[in-house]
Amino acid sequence: MVPTSYYLILSAVLFTLGVLGVLIRRNVLIIFMSVEMMLNAVNLTFAALSLHFLGLNGQIFVLMAMVVAAAEVAVGLAIVMAVVRNRDTTNIEDVNLLKG
Amino acid sequence: MFLFIVFALIAIVAAAGVILSRKPVYSALFLLLNFASLAALYIMLQAQFLAAVQIIVYAGAIVVLFLFVVMLIGGGELGAGDRETSRQVDKEAGRQGNKADAASPRVRVQLGWPRVTALVLAVLLLAGLGYGLVTGQLYAGQGTAAAFGQGSVEAIGAALYTDYLLPFEMTSVLLLVGMVGAVVLARREA
Repeated sequence: MVPTSYYLILSAVLFTLGVLGVLIRRNVLIIFMSVEMMLNAVNLTFAALSLHFLGLNGQIFVLMAMVVAAAEVAVGLAIVMAVVRNRDTTNIEDVNLLKG
Repeated sequence: MFLFIVFALIAIVAAAGVILSRKPVYSALFLLLNFASLAALYIMLQAQFLAAVQIIVYAGAIVVLFLFVVMLIGGGELGAGDRETSRQVDKEAGRQGNKADAASPRVRVQLGWPRVTALVLAVLLLAGLGYGLVTGQLYAGQGTAAAFGQGSVEAIGAALYTDYLLPFEMTSVLLLVGMVGAVVLARREA
């Protein structure tokens, strides 16, 4: 049996890689993919703890998180496409109208 | 334990590939590898329904959406420190690429680090899955959790339609709102 802490450590590593992706990449699509990776890392945490406490609550929450992620990806990619088509760039630093 | 290390390694290296690839297509495919290894880990966590939903929703819908968008808006090849606008780089590369294609019509497949890494990871994933299935280790039905039928479709269905009925119905409303929003955003200005 794999200890639950191993899954939690793996989830933390994946979450950190997702945060790194959001911070160091400028392509808006890759930033979006890193956000999805962060969501998956949290899903893994929920599933691992659901097994640890022998309750189904964690897995139900994972299902809800997957639904939210799917809806978010659909709307987010529509927004990304609209913005990229308008500004003709996938570099997120070029979308800076609100910058002070 | 060995299976966990294999799938965890694939997930971590694929995640690193997502954030380090120069082309968004490679990032999307590394993301696919990440999701597939996570699905295998879900099976090891006695969450077999979650593993199936992970493949169907994440690998089968979200990554496909990403690939569609990469195809439609043409990714761009920015590394972690480039300054130029990616679409202009794309257009210049396209102009030069057309000239190069006219000179040498053969397509050269470059064996860069993303392709080698992806090949190794894919072979490792297939080997891990095959080994797990053949030896019966990748099987959601062992240990204490299996005694309660945890993670099976019946258990999740029973919980989803009794204790969690309200969140379930609200997710359907959420999906409807998301769909309407996406259609509105993609509409042309009349």
